[in-house]
Amino acid sequence: MSLEDLKFSKDHEWVKVEGDTVTVGISDHAQKELGDVVYVELPPIGDTFAKGEACSNIESVKAVNDIYAPVSGEIVDINSALEDNPELINQSPYEEGWMFKMKMEDEGDLDDLMDADIYEEYLQGA
Amino acid sequence: MKKLPELIFAAGKEGKVGYAYSACEFGDDLIAVDAEHLRQDIEDFPQVSEVEIVRHYTNLSHLNHSVDSGFYPLGSCTMKYNPKINEKIAAFEEFSAHPYSPHHLVQGNLEVIKDLEEWLCKLTGMPAFTLTPAAGAHGEFVGMQIIRKYLSSKGEPRKIVLIPDSAHGTNPASAHFAGYEIKEIPSNEEGILDTAVVKEHLNEDVAALMMTNPNTLGIFEKNIVEIAAALHENGSLLYMDGANMNAFMGIVRPGDLGADVLHLNLHKTFATPHGGGGPGSGPVGVAAHLKEFLPVPLVDENKDTKQFSVRYFNEGIGRVKNYYGNFLVLVRALVYLYSLGRENLDKVAEDAVLNANYIRKKLEPLLDLPYKSRTLHEVVFSDKNLNVKTLDIAKRLLDFGIHPFTIYFPLIVHGAMMIEPTETESKETLDAFIAAMKQVLQEAAENPEILENAPHHTPVRRLDEVYAARKLIIKWQKEENN
Amino acid sequence: MRYFPLTDTDREEIRKSIGIKENKELFADLPREKIYYSLQDFPSALAEDEILKKFKEIAKKNRYGEYLSFLGGGAYNHFIPEVVDHLSGKGEFVTPYTPYQPEVSQGSLQAMFEYQTMMTMLTGLDVSNASLYDGGTAAAEGVLLALRKARKKRILIAANLHPEYIEIINTYIRNLDYKAEIIGFDKDKGTVDLNELEKKFDDKTAGIIFQSPNFFGVVEDSRKISAFAHQQKAYAVQVIAEAMSMAFLTPAGQNGVDICVGEAQSFGLPLGFGGPYLGFMAAKKEFIRQMPGRIVGQTVDTKGDRGYVLTLSTREQHIKREKATSNICTNQAWCALRAAMYLTAMGKKGLREIAKTNHLNTAYFVKESGKFSHVNVKYKKNFYNEIVLEIKNTTLEDFTGKLEAEGILPGIPLNWFSPDMEDALLVNFTEKHKKKDIDRLIAAIGELQ
Repeated sequence: MSLEDLKFSKDHEWVKVEGDTVTVGISDHAQKELGDVVYVELPPIGDTFAKGEACSNIESVKAVNDIYAPVSGEIVDINSALEDNPELINQSPYEEGWMFKMKMEDEGDLDDLMDADIYEEYLQGA
Repeated sequence: MKKLPELIFAAGKEGKVGYAYSACEFGDDLIAVDAEHLRQDIEDFPQVSEVEIVRHYTNLSHLNHSVDSGFYPLGSCTMKYNPKINEKIAAFEEFSAHPYSPHHLVQGNLEVIKDLEEWLCKLTGMPAFTLTPAAGAHGEFVGMQIIRKYLSSKGEPRKIVLIPDSAHGTNPASAHFAGYEIKEIPSNEEGILDTAVVKEHLNEDVAALMMTNPNTLGIFEKNIVEIAAALHENGSLLYMDGANMNAFMGIVRPGDLGADVLHLNLHKTFATPHGGGGPGSGPVGVAAHLKEFLPVPLVDENKDTKQFSVRYFNEGIGRVKNYYGNFLVLVRALVYLYSLGRENLDKVAEDAVLNANYIRKKLEPLLDLPYKSRTLHEVVFSDKNLNVKTLDIAKRLLDFGIHPFTIYFPLIVHGAMMIEPTETESKETLDAFIAAMKQVLQEAAENPEILENAPHHTPVRRLDEVYAARKLIIKWQKEENN
Repeated sequence: MRYFPLTDTDREEIRKSIGIKENKELFADLPREKIYYSLQDFPSALAEDEILKKFKEIAKKNRYGEYLSFLGGGAYNHFIPEVVDHLSGKGEFVTPYTPYQPEVSQGSLQAMFEYQTMMTMLTGLDVSNASLYDGGTAAAEGVLLALRKARKKRILIAANLHPEYIEIINTYIRNLDYKAEIIGFDKDKGTVDLNELEKKFDDKTAGIIFQSPNFFGVVEDSRKISAFAHQQKAYAVQVIAEAMSMAFLTPAGQNGVDICVGEAQSFGLPLGFGGPYLGFMAAKKEFIRQMPGRIVGQTVDTKGDRGYVLTLSTREQHIKREKATSNICTNQAWCALRAAMYLTAMGKKGLREIAKTNHLNTAYFVKESGKFSHVNVKYKKNFYNEIVLEIKNTTLEDFTGKLEAEGILPGIPLNWFSPDMEDALLVNFTEKHKKKDIDRLIAAIGELQ
């Protein structure tokens, strides 16, 4: 996967848009900050979340971080492989470590997300 | 090198027994429970002989560092020596009465409770105490419940509890379980609370401020009297976390500083052992206007007849723990206080503070000291300017037979190293610790891998916490572990 | 003072080193007018021999030990093998802190791991924590766990739960956004009123907390209660106040119970006037991330060797602060260690034998007392080691007073707990009662006809 296909949120989530479905994960920067991921709690398929609402969390040995829905919509798929292999988030944040897919209600939700190069600048600034 | 013994389940074998108790005098024909409720087996339960049990636990005991085996300057935990006479007296068979025994048959125990209450009242300047809370956090919870009940009786419980950023995690957790929202307030550059900053946060929703004093940096919150006044003017209360009472027991009374509620940790200041994580005891003292909200049971003394009685009902917060709390811990604390007596009560804090300042003085040239205010019972350094992490220093200290200080707490100090020597350490021990620290820091500069790979001489090497959290093996299972 | 190793010379050297002249300067930040208050009111220090004498005298004011006692009610007088006192008294077990540095705490940690294992075996559940304060607070934590996990606001409490446990649960949840409702019990059988349970259950209910054997000593139909809770997508929380019963009765897990909490004082802890005791909590696997308290996990060191650490600490207050699953920090680790030692010493065979003896001794009393008409065992079936004894021909006070005069404490008057409790005694039998002790009780009761 090329990073150019992805959009990033200020909360360090990435989003890949395919039609009205978005795939969500956390950025390489975020997984490094978190350290070794030991557990991922995924949302139930079928639940709906508003943009910005906590819908999942990632646990390392020393911290639990909420993951916020980058768009409003319904959870249509989750990456069950993370249940037994949470380290996928560390090993392959953009591919095997994807977390869940949502059916997006409003494309406008994507407007405040950043392209990869802007996100890189955002990280430099932060 | 000492190694972990096999798990006790591995030695199990049909036919081995580890006990002998006189046989039952009745036959199974008397069983009065329906067959469907009867248990058939306890699968895989231990079956070992007495000598195997003794060796198993003796070998396990050798794998522990403890106050009895060496220096243990774990900050905020007050790892002082636990006198042996306290253990002996707590084991007196007569103390081990049934908690529902008729009161006239347990006058000795009720006297212990009342006597310890009076000692604590006099030592803290708080007019009344409950001894039932089982630990410090339990005391905090009880204290916050008392505050809530009191404010409710005045009209409404209010919503917010203010907690400084240097506070222990139990403070916000306890206030939360008492139904409060937490508002964190920053410490100033001296490491203490500013009266002005507290005042900025005061409004009609503020129920209380939880202040640890001396705080987790080992610094006296010198604005406490002013802050208490500001709180009281606002109709709010001052909760004082007395976990660090060892810094000034016998020197100053929290009641005189304006505290409305105070908890103590008998397993810290009052020399009762920590037992590897409890049992503790967290008595709570309150100001006069909060007395009626204490939990039950309460022991009363009839001063004329010298008889003790027990109250089970009042208008307070109710019951927080079974029976009278961790009674045998109370016995130990009382023995300690009588051993100290008026001649030594203030010497505890003096020696504890002398020792902490000595360590500060000797290590200050080597380590970053983020807050330079006067040190009381403990001193907190940071790993700033070092090429190794606090964790590595801590792990390397283990190789010297020294238990490391508290690490990464308080949160406001980067890579915190929180050192509390207590009064029960000799100058020779402090010097040996200081020498060890110097060596470790020299290694850090010259050969940091020694630290990064430490410990080298412990029963196990550095343990993988990530593996533990991912695999979650939290019990022995026949298939997996054999 | 023998607890202070500093000599006056040391103190002088330290003062010189830190640049002060007198100790008073150490406390210069404290309000000058409030420090060094007079200590003259406190007693003078006692030497070791004087301390022993003083406390022996206080201890002797307790007369309880002179009586043949049948008191139970959540605190049980069981035999403790010598190895438990001997081994648990080792300074290496008594004087460490919580094992924050696992490399030098493997003794405590492995013992806790073994304790957790044994508690899962006894309860028949998947996971156990390393301890809670006591039975009452464990019950409260069990209620909070069910409410958290179910994300619902209402819990049902069986009225025949230990009355102190109910009080503690109420204190714990009072200020949170939860509601508790009491479910009554069948006056003939002493067990939870299943009809009332059915009526009061709704889809906002997180579960039911009940005790088995219940406060009256009667075994509940845990299977039915659990099945009922599950139908409502809710949880069954079983309280066990007499841990010994677990070796005699079907385990909670086998009955479908989701969370099992209670008091394990029976496993190697003395009566101790009510503490320190040992709260326990075991549950199905799905609850683990919501559980309160310490949990020990097995891991490996850098050489690949087995070792133990505290794990899942992200649940706890030092990381999650006000969002933690509980505020608990220091717990009852040493009590859990004693329980592990006790259970290891008794072993599978011993524990089962002793547990049965408790029941048979009780059954013997029930049978023998059947010949009297002035007393009546209220629930004659499915009791474990405790029964409710109704007094028919006199007042409770008169009955217990006369037996006390004979050197017998026959039981706990139930009306102590609340006026609407039954006017009867709760009588407990353990393996420490021999046939002659029970016969003595029977004979003394017979005298009161």
